[in-house]
Amino acid sequence: MTDHHSDIDSVSGKSTTGHEWDGIKELNTPLPRWWVITFYLTIVWAIAYWVVYPAWPLISSNTTGMFGYSSRADVAVELANLEKIRGGKMAALGAASLADIEKDPALLALARAKGKTVFGDNCAPCHGSGAAGAKGFPNLNDDDWLWGGTLDQIMQTIQFGARSGHAKTHEGQMLAFGRDGVLKPDEIVTVANYVRSLSSLSTRNGFDAAKGEKIFAENCVACHGDGGKGNQEVGAPNLTDKIWLYGSDEATLIETISQGRSGVMPAWEGRLDPATIKAMAVYVHSLGGGK
Amino acid sequence: MNKTVNPKNLTPADDSGPLYAARKKVYPQSVNGTFRRIKWGLMAFCLGVYYLLPFVRWNRGIGAPSQAVLIDLPNSRFYFFFIELWPQEVYYFTGLLIVAAVALFLMNSVGGRIWCGYLCPQTVWTDLFYAVERLVEGDRRERMRKDKSAGALTLKRVSEIVLKHATWLMIAWWTGGAWVLYFSDAPTLVKNLVTFQAPMVAYAWIGILTATTYVLAGFMREQVCTYMCPWPRIQAALTDEWALNVTYRYDRGEKRTSVKKAAELRALAQQVGDCVDCYQCVAVCPTGIDIRNGPQLECIQCGLCIDACDNVMTKIGRPKRLIGYDNDINIQRRQDGKAPIYRIVRARTVVYSAIIAAVGGIMLYTLATRSLLDINVLHDRNPVAVELSDGSIRNAYTVRLLNKSGYDRIVAIDADGPVNLIIHVVGVDSVTPDRPMIVVPRDSTSELRLLVTAPAENNPEKSIPVHFHLTDIGLGVVASTTDHFVAP
Repeated sequence: MTDHHSDIDSVSGKSTTGHEWDGIKELNTPLPRWWVITFYLTIVWAIAYWVVYPAWPLISSNTTGMFGYSSRADVAVELANLEKIRGGKMAALGAASLADIEKDPALLALARAKGKTVFGDNCAPCHGSGAAGAKGFPNLNDDDWLWGGTLDQIMQTIQFGARSGHAKTHEGQMLAFGRDGVLKPDEIVTVANYVRSLSSLSTRNGFDAAKGEKIFAENCVACHGDGGKGNQEVGAPNLTDKIWLYGSDEATLIETISQGRSGVMPAWEGRLDPATIKAMAVYVHSLGGGK
Repeated sequence: MNKTVNPKNLTPADDSGPLYAARKKVYPQSVNGTFRRIKWGLMAFCLGVYYLLPFVRWNRGIGAPSQAVLIDLPNSRFYFFFIELWPQEVYYFTGLLIVAAVALFLMNSVGGRIWCGYLCPQTVWTDLFYAVERLVEGDRRERMRKDKSAGALTLKRVSEIVLKHATWLMIAWWTGGAWVLYFSDAPTLVKNLVTFQAPMVAYAWIGILTATTYVLAGFMREQVCTYMCPWPRIQAALTDEWALNVTYRYDRGEKRTSVKKAAELRALAQQVGDCVDCYQCVAVCPTGIDIRNGPQLECIQCGLCIDACDNVMTKIGRPKRLIGYDNDINIQRRQDGKAPIYRIVRARTVVYSAIIAAVGGIMLYTLATRSLLDINVLHDRNPVAVELSDGSIRNAYTVRLLNKSGYDRIVAIDADGPVNLIIHVVGVDSVTPDRPMIVVPRDSTSELRLLVTAPAENNPEKSIPVHFHLTDIGLGVVASTTDHFVAP
């Protein structure tokens, strides 16, 4: 090691650090005392922080800190305060009936605001951020409802879901007529075309409407009803309107009839509190499709 | 060619003087005269308006604030006598700023820095603080003497200093106090301030304005004008040869000599001026300059040197206004033996006046004719359009209704476009089919969700304009806006 005190820079008269790169030497310019003290103080502060706040990860837990300090606890306190501020309004929402909420502009605005936020967090992954839906996931803006579009029906669907496993869930199954061997492939093609004819869509040349009607009456009417108007008790869609959950083209219909459909909507009871579910029902209803 | 120079041969530039000149403290002397009286009057007027305006009442009906001038930040309203402005009407302030700026230009082209000399808050409060100082510590000479013998802190001297600063602080505190009264109901706020129930922010603002008033008017004084304010620089670019500025008329001032000597020289028919070099104009100047050196940046043109000089001229029996409001042209003309000319109406002043009149007129017109009922429409973007089960198409809009009047209104919404459109407001049962009616509470906005449906048989191609009309059922006032109806 070089004793840098002995190495004096001839121009400035200062000692150098003794390091040399390409003939250039570095002057020994110590840090100011205040700077060094500040630096040591930050180290002391950091150690104190380790001790006081939860910091060190251990094998199966972590150091818990002292005095009960924890930023997580601070957040919890803040959130609790927020809930206290909002509590009154949400309580009013919880107490009001669904119909009353829609009639009261202030409650409607609150329900829509709350519903929109919660919808974005919980429902948007399937139904889209604007509730426009996607293939297999209903558009909640339109007026076509699998399980009913009144306020109560919407709320019931949110609470218990569809095919969710909840005791009160909506049940209903679109059978796999092809996979289960109930219908033969040519029969499936025929009934698919018949279903298209129900909503005035074009049909394949030479398709036997009478045969299609017969197959439909034997296999489909039980759920979809006479004329294919649908049945909300079992979530059977109306086959005569313009709205198709999975698609109305022949190939899709053949796939639907062959393989069956049984989309799942989770139950939100227990995950969201009743007032929030109410707000969401009002929000979805107010999107415009509600009956 | 670069030559190698031994650093030892380089000499530092000769800048041994300080980087900044120390402030020369100014001790303006008291003076009486026309301009001093104008200044007293304007000071009383400006301060009177500032301190008392919050207490002026204005009846706007029950439930509305009854303060004539109120900036209601929590409710986003600005009240000025009969005018009530909403945040979206903030462009009126743009107009006000334009008028204010051009008025400043106009003042400048007519009479120089009238703003600086008579109306600027810095001038008004500094003048007031000087008055206090003079009252407590005495006039110019006395103050200079007291400052020189700073070590002699007798009980009397200490009590003087304490009294002066206490008075200053009280004025400053009142200044801050009056400020916050513009933002809340004044009598209530005064009561809350006294009982320590006012919001923290009120105390904070009083503190800030007390501090700035005390520092700016008590200590920084003319330095604010000279170093901090941009107006002197702008003013220099705006002035012209016709503008009346406070001017030393050197055509009748030079050469300066004593009264006695001047009489002797005059008897010998020699050229001699009226100026007797008494330095009264310098003694009274609040910025500490000598006006006889010509127009200068520091001069705020308060006219006090005119009063001082006039007093001297009267005493020695010479005509007044050796220093007066004049322009450069006239000094030259008088030297040439011509009569002075003054021209207030000229292109510059006419243009400025026209701008003020135009902007002011537009503001008054729009204020008088502005709608107290308004509708804003925002089209839903996600989804843009929805196809319903019967094949009809529906668009959703967020509608905001603004009722700026002081009473509740029942309004009906209609939508019309190239095709038949059916409208529905969520949460509202239409009494008249397809014409939802809504109550908009007074002085508020209502946000609604509006659904517009085009029946399947006349589905539009892609995008058609749709006009929304808002009609007050009782008064028939109509507000309209246009948006688009989109097909998927």
